[in-house]
Amino acid sequence: MVLNCKHVWREISNYIEGTVDPDLRAAIETHLAHCRHCAAVLDSTRNILVLVADDRTFELPVGYSDRLHTKLAEMIESSPPGT
Amino acid sequence: MRVSGNPGSAEDDACREAEIIARILAGERELFHLLIQPYEKKLYFAAFSLLRNAEDAEDAVQEAVLKAYKALPSFRSESKLSTWLASIVLNEAKGRLRHARILAFDSIDQSPDPDEDFTPAVIADWRQVPLEALERKELRELIQEAIATLPEIYRDVFVLRDVQELSITQTADALEISEGLVKVRLLRARLMMQKCLAPKLRSERGGLFGFLRKGVGASWF
Repeated sequence: MVLNCKHVWREISNYIEGTVDPDLRAAIETHLAHCRHCAAVLDSTRNILVLVADDRTFELPVGYSDRLHTKLAEMIESSPPGT
Repeated sequence: MRVSGNPGSAEDDACREAEIIARILAGERELFHLLIQPYEKKLYFAAFSLLRNAEDAEDAVQEAVLKAYKALPSFRSESKLSTWLASIVLNEAKGRLRHARILAFDSIDQSPDPDEDFTPAVIADWRQVPLEALERKELRELIQEAIATLPEIYRDVFVLRDVQELSITQTADALEISEGLVKVRLLRARLMMQKCLAPKLRSERGGLFGFLRKGVGASWF
C-alpha cells in the first residue's frame, strides 16, 4: 500500500488515536519515514493536542472551586436531588 | 464523608461513583461535592473554550452542576458520569452563547464544505513540545482563540475529546452523534488547529517562541 501526502493527512487523526489497522499504520509509517513535511505535520498536530490538554492552557479563576461548592452547598441544603 | 474504594481504573472509578450516587439518592446529599470534584476543573476548561470569558464560564459550570444535582435521579449508570456532566456543561455554555447571539457569527454557512480537502500547514520541523512556554499568556491566548474560532460542529468534538479528554465513544454519546462522525469532525478540527497554530508557534524570525530559541540555544520547532 503506497500512500501520498493527502492520504496521510486524512488518516492523521486516526493515526494519533491509534485506531488505524496495522497495514495502514505500516504504510503511514513508511511514508512518514521518507516525507519530512508529513512528519512535521504529524508532530505539530500531536504537539498542539498536548498543549491543548495541558491544565496550564486554561487558568482557573482564583476561588472558583470554593464558589462552586458554596453554591452547591446552598442547593443541597435546600432540596434533595430530583426536586 | 468516607467512601470506600480508591481511585484506580476507569472501572473502579465507575463503581465508586455508582456507590456515591446511590448514597446521595439515599439521603447523603453532601456527597455530591465529592462526586463532581474530579471533574470541576475540566468542566471549566470546556465552558471557557466555548465562552472565552472567565465569569461566564464559571457561571455556566455552576448552573450546569446545579442542574446535574437536580437531575441526578435520572442519571443512568450505563452512562459515564464524565460524559453526562460534559454534555450538561456543553449545553449550558451553548445556551449562553446563543443567548448572547454570538452564534450569529458562527453559522453553518461559514463551516467548510464537507468535501473540501484540508491542507495542513507545512512546516519544516517541530521536534519537542514547549510545555514551559504555557507559562506565557500569549501562547495560552493563541490556543484559546484558535479553539474559539473553530466552527461549532468541529469545536464541540474538539473540546470534548481534546480539551476535556473524553473518549471517542463518550464524545459521540455526549453529542448524540455516531462515532464515525466524531472521527470525521475530529480530523477536520485537529487539522484546522494545526493550520492555525503551527505557523504561529514556529517563527523563523523570533515570533512567539523566539525567546526560547535565543534563551536556551536550542531549536524547539
